[in-house]
Amino acid sequence: MSDQTAHAPKTQTKRSFFQELELDTRLLGMIGAFILVALVFNIMTEGRFLTPRNIFNLTIQTVSVAIMATGMVFVIVTRHIDLSVGAVLATCSAFMAMSQVRWLPEMLELGHWAIPWITIVGGLIIGALIGAFNGWMIGYLSIPAFIVTLGGFLVWRNVGWYMTEGQTIGPLNETFKTFGGISGTLGGPVSWVVGIIAMIATVVLIFNSRRVKTKHGFNVKPMWAEVSLAAICVAAIAGFIGILTSYSVPERVVARDPSRFGCEVAEGCTPVYGLPISVLLLIAVAAAMTIIAQKTRLGRYIFATGGNPDAAELSGINTRMLTVKIFTLMGILCGLAALVASARLANHTNDIGTLDELRVIAAAVIGGTALSGGLGTIYGAILGALIMQSLQSGMAMVGVDAPLQNLVVGAVLVLAVFIDIQYRKRVGAK
Amino acid sequence: MAPLVEMKNVSIAFGGVQAVDNVSISLNAGEVVGLLGHNGAGKSTLIKMLSGAYKMDSGEIFINGEKASITSPRDARDHNIETIYQTLALADNLDAASNLFLGREITNAFGFVDDDRMEAETRKIMARLNPNFKKLKEPVSALSGGQRQSVAIARAVYFNAKILIMDEPTAALGVHETAMVAELIQELKKQGLGIFLISHDTREMMELCDRVAVMKNGQMVGAERVEDVTEDDILSMIILGKNPKAAA
Repeated sequence: MSDQTAHAPKTQTKRSFFQELELDTRLLGMIGAFILVALVFNIMTEGRFLTPRNIFNLTIQTVSVAIMATGMVFVIVTRHIDLSVGAVLATCSAFMAMSQVRWLPEMLELGHWAIPWITIVGGLIIGALIGAFNGWMIGYLSIPAFIVTLGGFLVWRNVGWYMTEGQTIGPLNETFKTFGGISGTLGGPVSWVVGIIAMIATVVLIFNSRRVKTKHGFNVKPMWAEVSLAAICVAAIAGFIGILTSYSVPERVVARDPSRFGCEVAEGCTPVYGLPISVLLLIAVAAAMTIIAQKTRLGRYIFATGGNPDAAELSGINTRMLTVKIFTLMGILCGLAALVASARLANHTNDIGTLDELRVIAAAVIGGTALSGGLGTIYGAILGALIMQSLQSGMAMVGVDAPLQNLVVGAVLVLAVFIDIQYRKRVGAK
Repeated sequence: MAPLVEMKNVSIAFGGVQAVDNVSISLNAGEVVGLLGHNGAGKSTLIKMLSGAYKMDSGEIFINGEKASITSPRDARDHNIETIYQTLALADNLDAASNLFLGREITNAFGFVDDDRMEAETRKIMARLNPNFKKLKEPVSALSGGQRQSVAIARAVYFNAKILIMDEPTAALGVHETAMVAELIQELKKQGLGIFLISHDTREMMELCDRVAVMKNGQMVGAERVEDVTEDDILSMIILGKNPKAAA
């Protein structure tokens, strides 16, 4: 009986190329928008926008907001909001700066190898605790997330301020700074090794999924569609690594410390930056969050609760505890983002992460997360963060006045959501 | 033999309102018991204490003669009690398989949810319940009322319910689909399930049920075998809150 339904011939309408690929049309639209933005800026800056150097900078500038945006997807999917992420980032960053510059050197010794690692773990724990506390107030005390995190917005920014007495704390530990971007890159060969592993993993995933579906007797896409999809993914990864590995380290930077790039002398040493560790971190976060969203019960419950909280509750899901888990995750990601953001700037400053909450929410929303709950994707949020950052830095390169920059970003946010609503109406999704 | 379910002297209040007041009711295996009454009579509230959605203030529940403590939907499931709610209780944004297995996902060796296996299982059960059901990949918001109802029923049937609670299962359905549900109820009854059915449609209840229980203002007016009463008797029980047979 089941075989019959599984193999029942579908109404054989001719499907288009994109339909056969079964790609998300929203995703295609966003990639299209991103390419358009990049091309327009590239023309306006006479080719300076799409240089390896700028693309490198763009990616490392996006990482911190993108990491938090992946967590914001879960928060918004369950019909909550988190206005405190920028402030929590500031507290985590202040804690990490103080512990590596002031507290730990006194307890251990200056330059002890464990300092950066204890610092990072401590920062993540602080983030987790703050998040769990927020989640507890929202889930168990039933205070609306808007209020809890609006309060948190004021509280945590100023806890950070209090901790550092408003000072800029630095310089940060060298190992710590490798998570920031430019001071921690994998170089050419290792970047390619990572890239090739990613390509193999992608191809294996695509064809393994096909094998499992065939085993269950489901309809699968035609072979050529699978192969093209795999080819597109492999080409995209190769292109990305190719661009990052063609950004060579400037001569004066090599001359300062050739040993950092594995050379005896600066003469004849032509290293490239390659994949930044912070970007690798973002990719790892994105992969982990996507697995949580699609392959775990936690993720299933997050989306079910967002779609119908009552149904989730009646199905035996503990929605209160779920809220605590989601906000704890958000807090940990704030801690990670604090690591990347402060390491990139090489100092902890009082205003770190200011307005990040709005960038993070905007990234998630541009990426297709619906404020009404139940809908959202991790890759969408990351792409949203990338689009926002491209607009911002592109306009800065073109020389648009600061007030006009913010004006454009605000308008784009509203427009993006409007287009998304229209799109959903047309395809009939909720 | 002890009845499948016995609720004894059950009460619950919300604020100052006594929603269910000292009500007792029983259900045997292979029996369909209908609950009737006006809106706000306490039918749904009574049944939600059995399904674990509400916690009763006082009273006892016996399943197969053994005292059961039901304080959450999970407890109810552990006693093989499945509920099909009036509001369907489906997550609109998820597909049929995800809804069917919600809260009880099949996981693989690594602890990840096994979507392909859940879809295969969903295909099997749907082929039995509603062979026309084909939209397995779409979110259930894209389904018709009848198709959504089949998902809700499949959820109850798949997990081998012994006790089934149906809260207005045909309220959102067309004529054909209503007939399908009626057929299914007879089928499940034959398999030895006990079914609580809530509805406003007195005539339908006379056809589907073995016994009907009438509630008014949170109290039990009376429970009678359908052969012993007329539709008018039931209507007067609903409206007047008096059992004409008891009075006679």
